[in-house]
Amino acid sequence: MAGSTLEIKNLHVTIEDKEILKGVDLTIKGGEFHAVMGPNGTGKSTLASAVMGHPKYEITEGSIHLDGEDVLEMEVDERARAGLFLAMQYPSEISGVTTSDFLRSAINAKREEGDEIPLMKFIKEMDSTLDALEIDKNMAQRYLNEGFSGGEKKRNEILQLMLLKPEIAILDEIDSGLDIDALKIVSKGINQMRSENFGCLIITHYQRLLNYIEPDYVHVMMQGRIVKSGGPELAQRLEAEGYEWIKEELGIEDETVGQNA
Amino acid sequence: MTVVTKLPYDKDYIDQFSKDKNEPEWMRNFRLQALEQAESLNMPEPDKTKIGRWNFSKFKHTATGEAVTALEDLPSELQDFFDADKKPENLLVQRNHSVAYASLSDDLKEKGVIFTDIFTALREHGDLVKKYYMQDAVSMDEHRLTALHAALMNGGAFVYVPKNVQVDVPLQAIFWQEDPEVSMFNHVLVVAEENSSLTYVENYLSHNDNEETVANVVAEVIAKENANIDFGGVDNFAAGTTAYNNRRGVAYRDGVIDWALGAMNDGNTVNENITHLIGDNSVSNAKTVSVGRGKQTQNFTAKIVNHGLDSDGYILQHGVMKEQASAIFNGIGKIEHGATRANAEQESRVLMLSEKARGDANPILLIDEDDVTAGHAASVGRVDPMQLYYLMSRGITEEEAERLIIHGFLAPVVNQLPIESVKQQLTQIIERKVY
Repeated sequence: MAGSTLEIKNLHVTIEDKEILKGVDLTIKGGEFHAVMGPNGTGKSTLASAVMGHPKYEITEGSIHLDGEDVLEMEVDERARAGLFLAMQYPSEISGVTTSDFLRSAINAKREEGDEIPLMKFIKEMDSTLDALEIDKNMAQRYLNEGFSGGEKKRNEILQLMLLKPEIAILDEIDSGLDIDALKIVSKGINQMRSENFGCLIITHYQRLLNYIEPDYVHVMMQGRIVKSGGPELAQRLEAEGYEWIKEELGIEDETVGQNA
Repeated sequence: MTVVTKLPYDKDYIDQFSKDKNEPEWMRNFRLQALEQAESLNMPEPDKTKIGRWNFSKFKHTATGEAVTALEDLPSELQDFFDADKKPENLLVQRNHSVAYASLSDDLKEKGVIFTDIFTALREHGDLVKKYYMQDAVSMDEHRLTALHAALMNGGAFVYVPKNVQVDVPLQAIFWQEDPEVSMFNHVLVVAEENSSLTYVENYLSHNDNEETVANVVAEVIAKENANIDFGGVDNFAAGTTAYNNRRGVAYRDGVIDWALGAMNDGNTVNENITHLIGDNSVSNAKTVSVGRGKQTQNFTAKIVNHGLDSDGYILQHGVMKEQASAIFNGIGKIEHGATRANAEQESRVLMLSEKARGDANPILLIDEDDVTAGHAASVGRVDPMQLYYLMSRGITEEEAERLIIHGFLAPVVNQLPIESVKQQLTQIIERKVY
């Protein structure tokens, strides 16, 4: 089997009665890296949260399927166990729970009872991933995200990604708050994940990240829809020319959600 | 309204009890005086909790317990308190009101450290006990419960560390109310002389889910100049025991008293933890965690009084309330006039797990000095849905996510307990009480 397929069709999402997504269609297959770009306030992060099942977002229309299974019927934890992962923009701080204990619980959540990851194997995997991401080993014993700097939180999200090995990952603004060195390290980690069995959706409004993680497909989001799709060259044009030309091409005046063309 | 708490124990009884224990005369007189005062003193009035109808009078005063020669002979329910591969060198096990097991390393004995049950201490170190017993920390005549405690004291421990002695291994005491109806008027007195340090950990436990009785427990902890005391305690009285638990500290110049208390009783409980930072530059970190369940009502008061210059007090109270349990958490930081540059910080948080549970956090700062710092944080709420979402997004079930969050919430005390087995045992209690 060559990886999983995440199929988003005509997705409409509201938060507190405000419609943010107005019909998103997107299909991500194992082996593919997609980038969703767009200015702030166009619905990119809403898409990520809606797929994962954020409690505040309500799906009013459309569907999400993972390998034919109805994702919208699943609880958040079931979605994760089915193979979805979201690297969050603002991960929660969990006081009193060490990063290491949390990671082991998360890894074991996917495994059968009685087939838990042996402790030594876990420590070995965690240590080598910490090294790969150039994270200080003492992070494992710190409470999850508590007192972490913005950059540490992002690295921790990627640490989780690499250890949990999902089928389809969504990375929500994983580049924000990272300096160029950290960005390179994190990108290296994400690139290591590349395989036929791993599909990835990268959400960003800077092309910068895409210099290090080359996407196969690039989508531009405005007004809660994907308004343009293309290959890596689209990202490069956006970097060079900004978003204005797309707005002109499509006759959009205000790209944010709540405005209609 | 005062509920008359008629005691079945009179002057003659107490006189005889004291004689049977071969107590010094001052102690016998002190008890009799306390008994007399108990009749006229009022019950304490913990803020926002009515204790008028709680059982403070129905109990059997004393019972003996069987001694053992080896730790292995203790019942299995006590084995959990010891690290299997690392036998405690310094241990006191009190079974009802008898010493079941007691040991203190030769090294510490040679250094003059005293760690013994309270009756042995009264006989062998009477003057030393007299100097501190209900003098500087808790007064006998504060209210009826302290007076009754003084009159009926029937167990406890005395810990004494001489000047300049550092005790590097924890001293551990286990107070086991084996008889379901027997009372625990336990008195623990910890004195650390100048430049000394020690770690002391105590456990209380009982199994009387149905039989009613009373625990009226006092701990007095004295840190002299530059002494450092780590005090850990886990209370686990069963539902039938009404508990009044008063742990109080007095720290002199550069003295430090750190408390890590797991309040895990299943019955109605008044829990009071007060530390007086008398000396300049003295410090106290007072941490209490609790889990309330069933229909129990609890009242927690954590208070630090800054008297000394640059004294530093930090209070943390975390409570988890489920079913119909209710609890009041009073956090009081009091800075006396003249305590320049004192600091009083506190944090009280209550996590509610059910609709019917009640919790209330009352942060209070009383400040009589200008040049100080103080702060408080208080919250009462449910498990944060965003934390649940985050953990669940990694595949962890909702139940397991909640479990992680609750254990994390109670970790400030669990992690601070210096004995691994006691830590694990508290974790087990939390697990049992929450699920």
